[in-house]
Amino acid sequence: MSIAARDFRELRLDGMCRNFGSLNALKGVTLNVRRGEFIALLGPSGCGKSTALNCLAGLLTLTDGSIWLDQTRIDELRPEERGFGMVFQNYALFPHMTVRKNIGFGLAMQNRPKAEIERKVDEALAIVRLTDQGHKLPGQLSGGQQQRVAIARAIVIEPPLVLMDEPLSNLDAKLRIEMRAEIRRIHELIGSATIYVTHDQEEALSLADRIVVMRAGEVRQVGAPEELYARPAHADVAEFMGYRNQVRTKASGATVSIGGVSLPANAIEPVSDGDAVAAIRPNDLKVAADGPLAVTVESAQYHGQEFYCSGRTADGTELYFMSEHRVAKGETVRLAVAPNRILVYRGDK
Amino acid sequence: MSEHTMGAPSRISLRRRLKLYEIDGVTLLVIPAVLFVLALFVYPFAYGFVLSFEPKTGGMFANYIKFFSDPFLYETIANTFWLAIPATLINVLISIPIALRVRRMDRRRLLTTILVIPITLGTVLIAEGLLIYLGPQGWFNRTLVLFGFEKVRLVHNYTGVMLSLILSGFPFAFLLTLSYITGIDPSLEQAASTLGARARARFRHILLPLLAQGLAINLCLSFVQTFSVFPSAVLLGAPAGATRVISIAAYQAAYEQYDTSMASAIAMIMGFCQLSVVILILASRNFFYRGAAGGGKG
Repeated sequence: MSIAARDFRELRLDGMCRNFGSLNALKGVTLNVRRGEFIALLGPSGCGKSTALNCLAGLLTLTDGSIWLDQTRIDELRPEERGFGMVFQNYALFPHMTVRKNIGFGLAMQNRPKAEIERKVDEALAIVRLTDQGHKLPGQLSGGQQQRVAIARAIVIEPPLVLMDEPLSNLDAKLRIEMRAEIRRIHELIGSATIYVTHDQEEALSLADRIVVMRAGEVRQVGAPEELYARPAHADVAEFMGYRNQVRTKASGATVSIGGVSLPANAIEPVSDGDAVAAIRPNDLKVAADGPLAVTVESAQYHGQEFYCSGRTADGTELYFMSEHRVAKGETVRLAVAPNRILVYRGDK
Repeated sequence: MSEHTMGAPSRISLRRRLKLYEIDGVTLLVIPAVLFVLALFVYPFAYGFVLSFEPKTGGMFANYIKFFSDPFLYETIANTFWLAIPATLINVLISIPIALRVRRMDRRRLLTTILVIPITLGTVLIAEGLLIYLGPQGWFNRTLVLFGFEKVRLVHNYTGVMLSLILSGFPFAFLLTLSYITGIDPSLEQAASTLGARARARFRHILLPLLAQGLAINLCLSFVQTFSVFPSAVLLGAPAGATRVISIAAYQAAYEQYDTSMASAIAMIMGFCQLSVVILILASRNFFYRGAAGGGKG
C-alpha cells in the first residue's frame, strides 16, 4: 500500500487561544499528539472543539499560543501550506467534479504527474471501497458514499494529520456504526494521526486512543476511553460521559448520603466542606430486592434487554436506573449500586 | 342512474385529474399576469412584427432593405454593440472581485444600500449629475485646470455614455453576482485550501465553474439592459455621431418621420440582435461549465 501518512513524531498544541470579539472560544488548549494516534475531541456544542479543529487546519487564526509539528512552527502557515487532510461535516465535495476529480484535486494542486494521480486515486477509491463509482458526480451518491469520497480526498494527499469535523453526524444510525469501523480501519491503514471532533461519547469511546473532553473552551480531561468511562475527573465530565444521576448531597470521607440513606462511595475529588455531587451511571443502579434505596417509579422505557426507568426517593431525589423486569408507574422498588460505582465530586459548582 | 353507479368508480373526477398536474383554484391567480403579458408584450410584439412588413412604400421587405442599405441606419448596430459589449463586460467582470471581497464584510447591508441608490435614481438623474460634474465647466475639469492640466472632454461623446452605463449598470450586476457568490458554500473553498489550492487555484477550479451559470445570466441581463440604452446616449453622448445607437434610429423613425412601420422594423432588428447575443451566451455557458467540470487542471 503506497498511501501512507508523511512521517512526523509529534504534533504539539501549545496554549492555543482563539477569541471571537469578546468571546473566548478557546482558552489555552495544550495537547501533544503522536504519529498514529487517534484523538477524539469530545464536548457539548459550543465547547470550542470545532474551533480547535479549524485552528489546526489553518482556517482560523490563533489569537494566542502556537502549534508545532516536530520542530516547525505551523500556526502562521496558511491552510494550503500545512498539508493536513480535513473531512468536513457537510462533506464539502466539489459538486462540479467527478468523484475521481474530487479525490485527485489535492494531488493535482501539487502538480504530480498524471499517471501517479490516476494510480493514487485508484488506490484511495479501493481503500474506501468505491472503485466502481469514480465516474459519478457527488450529487449521484448516497450520504455514506459521499462521506467515503470526502475521506478518500483527505487521505490521498498522505497528510501527517487527518482532521475530521463530526463526519458522521449527517448519517443514519446504522450507517454511522458501519462508517465508524471504516474510519478506524483507514486510520490504521495509513498510519496518520487523526483528530476527530464529536459530541457523541459513544463514537469517541469506540474510536479513539485518547479522548480530550472539552468544555467552554478548556480541556477538562485527557485520557484513554476506559479511564474516562470509569473514572471521570470532574462532575461535568462525568455528566457528559453518561453519569446521568448527579445528586447534590453531603459527603464525609468515603460515605455519601442519597435519598436519606448513607452509602459507601468512591471519592474522586477531595470533598472538604461536605457539599458534594454523587454521580452514578443508570446502568450501575439496578433493581434488587435487598437494595438499600427505595424509589417510586415514574417512568420506564423498554430499551431492548432492559428497562430504562426514572423514579423518586422519599425525599424527592430523582434517580435514573435500569430494571431487567417491567416495572409499573407508581410501584416502589429497591435499588442497589456497587460502592466503587458512586463517584463523589466537589459540590461547589 | 345505473350508468352513474357503474361508471363512477372507474372515472376520476376532473378536479382530481387537474390536481395531478398541480392545477387547482390557486392556479387561477396566474390569469391576471398572463393577461398582462399578452396585452403588454405579446400583442405589441406581434403587432410590430406584422407592421414591419407593411412599409409605406415598396414591397414586403422594403423596410429591412432600406435599413441595411443605409449606413446611417445600419451603423447604429455597430455603435450599439460598441457601447453595450464593453459596458456589460466591465460591469460583470468588476463585480466579481468586489463581490468576493464584500461577502466577507460585516456591514454588507450598508454597502448594498449605497450601491442600490444609482438604480433608484434612474438614468436621467445620473446623466444630469455627470453633465454637471464632468462637463467643460464642471468640478472635475476645473480641478484639472487648477493643477495645470488640460481640460478633458468626458461628456457629449462615447466616454460620457460609457460612464453612465457603468454607473447605472454596475450596481445591478454587482448585486446579482453577490447573490450568486454567497450561494456557494464557503466550506468548498476551505476544503480546496486544505488540499493545497492557493487563492488563484481556488478561484479557477472551484469558484469560477460554480459561478459560470450565474455569470452567464448576469451577462445576459446586463447586456439587454445596456443594449437598449437611450436616455444617456442622447443626454450624455453624441446622438448624431459616435453614440447614435439603434434605439435613437427607432425613435427618429417613429417620432420624427412618423414611419411606424420602419420603426417597427428597426425594433425587430434590435430584438434580433439582443436575442442572438443572449443565445450565444447561454450556449457558451453549457460549453464552459462542462469544460470546467470535466477537468481543465494539469
